[in-house]
Amino acid sequence: MRRALLALALPLVLLAAWWVASAGSTSFFWPPLRTIVEAFPHTWTADPLVNDVLPSLARLAIGYLAAVGIGVALGGAIGASRTLRELCEPVLEFLRAVPPPVLIPVIALFAGYTGWTSKIITIALGCVWPILLNTIEGVRSLDEVLRDTARSYRFGRGATLWHVVLRGASPRIATGARQALSIGVILMVISELFGADRGLGAAVVQFQRGFAIPQMWTGIILLGLIGVALSGLFRLVEHRTLAWYRGLRQAERGA
Amino acid sequence: MTVILDVDGLAKTYTGHGREVEAIRDLTFQIHQGEMVCIVGPSGAGKTTLLRCIAGLLSSSAGKIVLDGSPVTQPPPGMAVVFQEYGRSLFPWLTVRKNVELPLREKGLGKADRAARVDAALEAVGLSESADAHPWQLSGGMQQRVAIARAIAYEPSVLLMDEPFAAVDAQTRADLEDLVRRLWLQLGVTVLFVTHDIDESVYLGQRVLVLSNRPTVVLEDVRVDLPAERDQLGTRSSARFAELRSHVYELIQLAKKGHRP
Repeated sequence: MRRALLALALPLVLLAAWWVASAGSTSFFWPPLRTIVEAFPHTWTADPLVNDVLPSLARLAIGYLAAVGIGVALGGAIGASRTLRELCEPVLEFLRAVPPPVLIPVIALFAGYTGWTSKIITIALGCVWPILLNTIEGVRSLDEVLRDTARSYRFGRGATLWHVVLRGASPRIATGARQALSIGVILMVISELFGADRGLGAAVVQFQRGFAIPQMWTGIILLGLIGVALSGLFRLVEHRTLAWYRGLRQAERGA
Repeated sequence: MTVILDVDGLAKTYTGHGREVEAIRDLTFQIHQGEMVCIVGPSGAGKTTLLRCIAGLLSSSAGKIVLDGSPVTQPPPGMAVVFQEYGRSLFPWLTVRKNVELPLREKGLGKADRAARVDAALEAVGLSESADAHPWQLSGGMQQRVAIARAIAYEPSVLLMDEPFAAVDAQTRADLEDLVRRLWLQLGVTVLFVTHDIDESVYLGQRVLVLSNRPTVVLEDVRVDLPAERDQLGTRSSARFAELRSHVYELIQLAKKGHRP
């Protein structure tokens, strides 16, 4: 109860401040919050929800999940082998430093400007780095005694990978996946800024170019809400799968 | 009596960072089926190195280790190891039951068989109540009992224990020593128990192998002729226990001074 109150207090204060401060505004670019709120249900009707928001979210989901799959698979392999790690590290550092948005034109050259493919690739390419690097680190720092235990009980390759290596690295993988999620939302929007006619990001840009300012603001608010919802969903999944890790940390602190 | 573990001329030299460290020079001993043998030595005597070689986790530089008639080059099927670091050898993401069960699944046992063995093993170490807890919810002594349950459920021909009680408090330690004695008598498993504690080695073992300091050789194979029924009070206060204890103590002192046979 207290926590819910604390969590909601600041957003409510900010909203109230925005409402009051913008109430008498006559500025074209800075419409009263009241106008924006009134525009919201008219702007996000069934048609834009189905044709803009859902496709954007679907591309985000595909790109993000692809990044998780590739990041964990590659990270598991690189983390497990010292040679591979030393071989890959400089290249990874370089690739990670390249901001994914600058690759959009390059990706578009190969995968087309308007289709889904280039946007999904952009999202996946941006999301993969934190997951990959955290997985490498998680696999590398797995406890020696756990490895010896798995070896001495003659665990097969599959069981070692699944029950020991990936489970052991899962807290780090989750850290990477959380960072990747916010990058993914950003790239979902950015990937639509170039040559897309539909999508949540494209819609915001079109409102702005058409001087539909209150509608543009509703798009921005919707993006924020989607971000909050996704991070809530992530927390829920993490809470269930990493319960053991929280318990372990608590036990270690108590000891 | 059949020889179950035969260590013959074992040597291990570590190389790395441009220098060589000779940890084990020449170790030869045999362990018979059903025996309880303790290995003691001064600290840094290469006890853990020896155990890791026997467990197949470390390759030796020379010599031969034969378990159940087959040479050990990688972790052999008939061996289970209880490590000193109980907190790090149990999988924290699995419950106690799953921790004990996973090696059995990897061994290819059926579901019913696994459940029966897990129940029996947890019962034997007195942890039936904690089957669904996670290891980190248990005390150190209980965690080490989970590791012991995992090892005995595996039904190895040789159970290796690497200073398993070094990190628990004295009272828990006494309980765990009695537990190991009891399990050994009940199950007839062969136990090789590495420790740095002289009293513990005499209390537990039928034989105590005293190691020299590095590079390691066997200083003496001490036969412990105490009765099979032992208890913390009676056994430890008996005259024979004191004699054996003093003898092993003197050997360790000699070992520290660099004495070799």
